[in-house]
Formats: sequence, C-alpha cells, structure tokens
Amino acid sequence: MLRPLTLIPVAVFAVLAVVFAVYLWQVGPGGKDISKIPSAMINKPAPQFDLKPIANLPARLKIPGLKTADLKGGVSLVNVWASWCPPCRIEHPVLMNLAQQGVTIYGINYKDKPEDAARFLDQLGNPFKKVGVDNTGRTAIDWGVYGYPETFVVDASGHIRYRHVGQIYPHQLESLILPLLKQAAQPVTDSSKAGSAGAGGS
Amino acid sequence: MIAEIGHYAVVLAFMLSIAQGILPLIGAHRNDTALMGVAAPAACGQFMFVLIAFCALTYAYVVSDFSVALVAQTSHTLKPMLYKVSGVWGNHEGSMLLWILILALFGLMVARFGRNLPAGLRARVLGIQGLIGIGFLAFLLFTSNPFLRLDPAPFEGQGLNPLLQDPGLAFHPPFLYLGYVGFSMAFSFAVAALIEGRVDPAWARWVRPWTLVAWTALTIGIALGSWWAYYELGWGGWWFWDPVENASFLPWLVGTALLHSALVVERRDTLKSWTILLAIIAFGMSLLGTFLVRSGLLTSVHTFATDPERGVFILGLLIVVIGGSLVLYAIRAPMLKGGGLFAPVSREGALVLNNLLLATATAVVFLGTLYPLALDAIGGGKVSVGAPFFNATFVPLMVPLLIACPVGAMMAWKRGDLPGVVGRLKVAVGLALLVVLATVMIDGNTDIVAALAMGVAAWLVGGAAVDLAERTGLFRISLSDTLRRAANLPRSAWGTAIAHSALGIMVAGITASSSWQTERIQIVRPGDTVELAGYEVTFKGAGNVPGPNYTALRGTFELTANGRRVTMLYPEKRDYPAEKSSTTEAAIHTTPIADVYVVLGDSDGKGGWATRIYHNPLVPWIWAGAIFMAIGGMVSLSDRRLRVGAPKRAARKTPVAEAA
Repeated sequence: MLRPLTLIPVAVFAVLAVVFAVYLWQVGPGGKDISKIPSAMINKPAPQFDLKPIANLPARLKIPGLKTADLKGGVSLVNVWASWCPPCRIEHPVLMNLAQQGVTIYGINYKDKPEDAARFLDQLGNPFKKVGVDNTGRTAIDWGVYGYPETFVVDASGHIRYRHVGQIYPHQLESLILPLLKQAAQPVTDSSKAGSAGAGGS
Repeated sequence: MIAEIGHYAVVLAFMLSIAQGILPLIGAHRNDTALMGVAAPAACGQFMFVLIAFCALTYAYVVSDFSVALVAQTSHTLKPMLYKVSGVWGNHEGSMLLWILILALFGLMVARFGRNLPAGLRARVLGIQGLIGIGFLAFLLFTSNPFLRLDPAPFEGQGLNPLLQDPGLAFHPPFLYLGYVGFSMAFSFAVAALIEGRVDPAWARWVRPWTLVAWTALTIGIALGSWWAYYELGWGGWWFWDPVENASFLPWLVGTALLHSALVVERRDTLKSWTILLAIIAFGMSLLGTFLVRSGLLTSVHTFATDPERGVFILGLLIVVIGGSLVLYAIRAPMLKGGGLFAPVSREGALVLNNLLLATATAVVFLGTLYPLALDAIGGGKVSVGAPFFNATFVPLMVPLLIACPVGAMMAWKRGDLPGVVGRLKVAVGLALLVVLATVMIDGNTDIVAALAMGVAAWLVGGAAVDLAERTGLFRISLSDTLRRAANLPRSAWGTAIAHSALGIMVAGITASSSWQTERIQIVRPGDTVELAGYEVTFKGAGNVPGPNYTALRGTFELTANGRRVTMLYPEKRDYPAEKSSTTEAAIHTTPIADVYVVLGDSDGKGGWATRIYHNPLVPWIWAGAIFMAIGGMVSLSDRRLRVGAPKRAARKTPVAEAA
C-alpha cells in the first residue's frame, strides 16, 4: 500500500545521494581537485582590460588602477578578491608575506563597495602594487574566475601560467607558489607542464 | 599506554554497539524479554567505554603527549590549559570521538530514565541508537583513529589554529554536537514507531523532551558560533550564510518545526506522518552537515583536514541511515491514521502554517547551500550563492511566520476565533504601532522597512506578554489570584512565551544592528579623539604585550561620554609564532543598548595607527535573544508533563488533560 506522496522524500534523497556520490568520485578517484580547476586561459595572454583604481582611497593608500599592459615586464601574481569574501580575509596575511618577499602582486577587486575595499586594505595592509576595480564582473569573466579568492601567476610576457582557485594556505607558499613564480621566470619549455604543476588543496 | 587503553576502549564500545544494535531489535520483534534486556546494559557499557576513550585522549592533550600523532599535530606545550582541553575536539578525529560520546550519553539516558517506556519501544529505540553507534564507531576506528602513535615523537607540537584558541569557540562544538546528536533521539523514536506502525500522543510526549534538549543545545551552539564570528573576525558582522553555518542552521530550522508539530501529535493525535518525517529529516540534516564538512566537498574556515575516503564512508552511512529510514517511511507512513480533525483557523492550523513556512525556509537555505555543489557535480561550472540570495528569500518567509506567531499561540485548539484573538491582542498591536512611530521619529532618515521590523519585534514581545496576562488573568482578577495562577501555569506555557518574546528581542537586535550601525575609519595618533554616537574614543598609544603563546600588539583607548570616562578599551593583534599566523581581537564595550567596537589596524610607520570604531546598536540583543530562546526551551523542558513521564499507552483513548 505505497502512496506516491510518501515516496517523494526517498526519491529526493536518492537524487541527492547520487549527486554526492558523483561529486565525491570526481574529487577522489576522478582526480578532480576542487581547489585546482583546469583553465582554458593557461599559457594564453591575459585578457584585455583597463580598470579604474578604488574610488576615494585614503591619501596614505596610493594604489593606481590596473590594465593589461601593466602585467608585462616581470613575473607577477594577480589576485581576485573582495572585502565581503571571508576566505580573502584569511588569505590576506599570506599575500602580505609574499609582498614583503618582493613578489609583485596585482589585485582585481571584484564587485565590492569602494569604502569597504579601502577599509579592508587600510586595516589589513596593502600587498598590491596596483588594484583595478571590477564592478560589473566583466573582467573576472574574461579571466575565467570561478570563485573568490583566485590567484593567477602571470609571466613577464603577460601570459597566464597558473591558476589557483580558493585561498592560498600558508603552507602552500613554499611548496606551491614560490616554485611556480620561479618556474614562471623561465621561458615556457613544455607547455603541458605549466599550469598543472604543484599540488593544490590541502 | 594511556593511548592504547583509549584505543582498546573504542574497540570494546564498538563490540557493545553491535550487540546493542542487533539483539534488542530481534528481541522486540519476537517479544523476547531476555534479548530486549540486552539493550540497557549494552548502552551503559558503551557509554562507559567511550568515556574512557575520551578521557584517555584528553589526558594525552593535557600532558602534551606528542607520541600521539593527533596531539603532535594540533597541540603545543605553551598553549593555555583551556585550549589544550578544547583542542581535544578542535580537530576531526577528536571531534568525532566527542560526537560518539554524546551519542552514547543519550543512549545512557534512555536506558536510565526510559523505564516508563513500553519495553518494546525502549528496546527498539536503544537498538536503533546502537545501529547509529556502530556506524560512527566504525568510522572512527577505520578512517579516523585518534590514538595513532608517532615514532619518533617530536619534541614540540604544531599548535592549534589560533582562530580556535578562544573561549567562545572552545564550547561551540560541544553544544553543536549535543544538538546534532540529540536529534538522533527523535530519529530513533521515529524509526521505532515506524517499525511498530504506531504513533500516538504518548509517543509524542516521549519525543518532545529529547527534541527540546537537542534544540536548546543547538540554539546555544549556533549563538556561540555567531558571537565568536562577531568579535573574532573583527569586522562587525555576525552571520555570513557560509555553507558550514547553514549546515548547522538547517537542523535547527527542521528541529524548530518538529518541536511545533510534535505538539499537535501530542495534543490532537494528528499530523503524525509529517512529524515522523520531520524527525527523520532533522537528524538527516545533522548527518548531512557532518558529511559536507568532513568530506571536503565544502571548503570554508570550518573545514578540517579532509580526505575523500572519509567522505565515502559518511556518504555510505548517510545512505544507510537516512535512505533506509525514508524507505521504511514510504512503506509504513500510509498506515499511520490521523486522529482529530480541525478547522483551518485553529491552533493546529497555525502550527501547520508554522511548519509550512519553516519547511519552505529550510528548502530555500538547503538549495542555496547545495546548488553550487550540485551544479559543479554535473559539470555546470562554479558559482557561489551568497548573502543576497538568502536575504532575498529567507527574510520574506520569516515575515509572515513572525506576524502569525502571537496569533497562533493564542488560538484555541480544533476551532479558533481569529477576530477574537486579534481583538485580545490589541494591546500588542498598539505597542507595535507605537514602536514603529517612535522608531521613525528617532531615526531621522525614516528607514520605513527597519521601522516596521522593529514593530514586528515589539509585536512578538507584546503578543507573548498578552498571552501570559490572559492566562493569569492579570488586571482582571485580584493580584494574589493572578500570582497563584501564574505559579500554576504549566511550565510549557512559560517556555513558549519566553521563547517567542526572545524571538522578538532577536529581531530587534538584527534590525537595529544592520540598519543603524555607525562606523569611523581613520588614522589616529596618540591623543587623538574620535567622536561617534555620543561617545568620544581617545587613542592613548600602542605597544607590545607578551601572551602565553603569542605576542600581542595592544592599543589603548579611553572611552568617554560627556567628558566622563566610561572604560578603557584594549584591542589587540596577536601573532602566534608556533602556528605562524595571527588574529585580530576587537575590544568591545557592551551596554544593554549598544556595543562600541574598536579594532586596531596597522601602523602607518609615522606614529599613526589605522583604527576602525563601530557603534552597533542593540547588537547584544541578538545573543540575548538566543539565550532567552534557550532558556525558554529549558523552562519548557522542566514542565511537569514531561518530567513525570507520560501515562501508559492504554490511557491513550482518554482525552488528554488540557492544561493550556
């Protein structure tokens, strides 16, 4: 004496369980690393953009805007962030650490209120050489950004060499980011290697 | 040696849980008293062995035994004792052991206090608890053994994440687990009832106290987490709709619905099938939260070191426990016959409305939390669903719930008189209008939505007060009679009124803090004064202060009002060398109506310091509301009806004595 109504919960649950199983498989045996998603942009030139600086910055924070041409001339990190994104906040000391080691970091401030973004940098320190404001999210789409924060390694010719989705953990500094920066300083030898180097996740 | 004792105790508890999970269920099926009798001693033994294991692990943390791998990874000799102990559950393995300890504790309580339960029901409930125990003990033993040794043992541990070294967070997980695991009781009762094919008012009366315990603990646990986020993350917010926050909020929403629907089963012997389903889902949501956090499918501040193998195990557990019970539900639920009929406008009708709104809200939060994951699983790319989605969907669902709440609570059973109830609530209506008007007048900007929300808050508090006044005959009969009536009023009536008015307090806090927050961001030099909301904050200086396992940069601020010193404030930035990370400690001056919240930023290198100062009106009311809500739960729990125990099932034909 089954009734269709009482079958609904178990049916919904079954769908859910299948989704979880598929996802777990992708993450586990499938080798999909949710913190390292393949990008179509690897080894391509960074997209064209010209972004304004954060409006009404306090006088002591002099951070110019960011455009594609700025990325040429040296290896750099491009970090997509927002003040409303808690992982960005947690990641911030790592960026500060990198900046102190002399790494050039550019920022793309994604869909943020200027006063919040300014407060974020004012309070936590500014690791960025330049920050462009992406209010429409258009530039983030061009870069193929999935989540926030997201960090790209860009080489001296302005080509994207690596993409890191999610926050950079302190232990990934030595094991992942610094080697990648070193590698990006070399000319591309084996294009398939770049972009999949290092172990993402934790 | 101690670690080996702990490990061995877990193995013994696992064996006992197998006995507890199988024999009593067979016994109940065959009506075999001897087999059913296994349940209670097995539950006691299981608790004892898990407690030994938990004590062994705690001991390893207290003496900093770094030959135990887990201790070496998550502790440090310089850590204060409180955080050595709370470090036991500040990691995946230890927190699972705490989970199991609480599960075993609930088993013990049924074995100990469930003597008035019919033998069959008690055996089945304990048997199902045993089955859940098997699953989690196996999970602990085979994928997350906390007692693994490290050889050679390191001289020093790696330390606990400094964000977790905080008194608020030390007690956040135990309360949360008490809530999560507490719903396993409602679940076990629900499955036992499905096996028996019988749900009656007595059943609901046994389920409600367990649900109340779980709900109260979960309320406290969530409030502690949100309070921690408020003062530790240092940016004045207190709820972020983070997936892991949602994972704890989902069982709370379902649990709230369950509390209300169980009331209908108890009083009116109807809504049975729905209540059973809610009991299954409440525990299902608890397990789902555990699964999402432990499997690594959601990454957030809460994520422990994750490992897909554990994810597979918990998914298996989820499928067996929740899938299995939902299949049982599909087969058995049609057999549950509804009892009392009721008109749409009645207490039952109001509780159904409450359940519909809460269930829809649950569905919305559930979708928002899992949609990104599901989309990614089918290759649809990554999206993030944030606060705007939840604010746009969840809040509109809460508005009718809050408005209907005082009306529903005063409605009569079976057939209610809506105009009559609204008429009796005219004092509350007047109070609400007065508050709206006062808010508009005080707030020059006339934020009309915020003013209306404050009115809703007043309506909830006023409604609860009117309800109590009606029941005690306040102002209608002599004061001594009123006092006598108040003393005789069932505790559950007090509990309801306290919890509902607490909701109002919380709504006021949420509204005021999100609508009228003022902030000042500036560089200050020693001697500089910042004015905000009638206070003056004077910066005196900043310097280094050593802590037990950190060094702090501490700012000194003087808070004055009208030239008089109110207090000194000392915000800090702490650097933890062992963990190579740092935390922000906001300094907060709390008054009954507002918080002054000071955060010290970086030095500009020229003697100035970046500072942020907030004035957060009514923000303490959010947590005061949560505490009152929990108190309401506890008061209701102390009701005679629940304490003395339910009448025998034979008495179920007689009408339930109508106290309220």
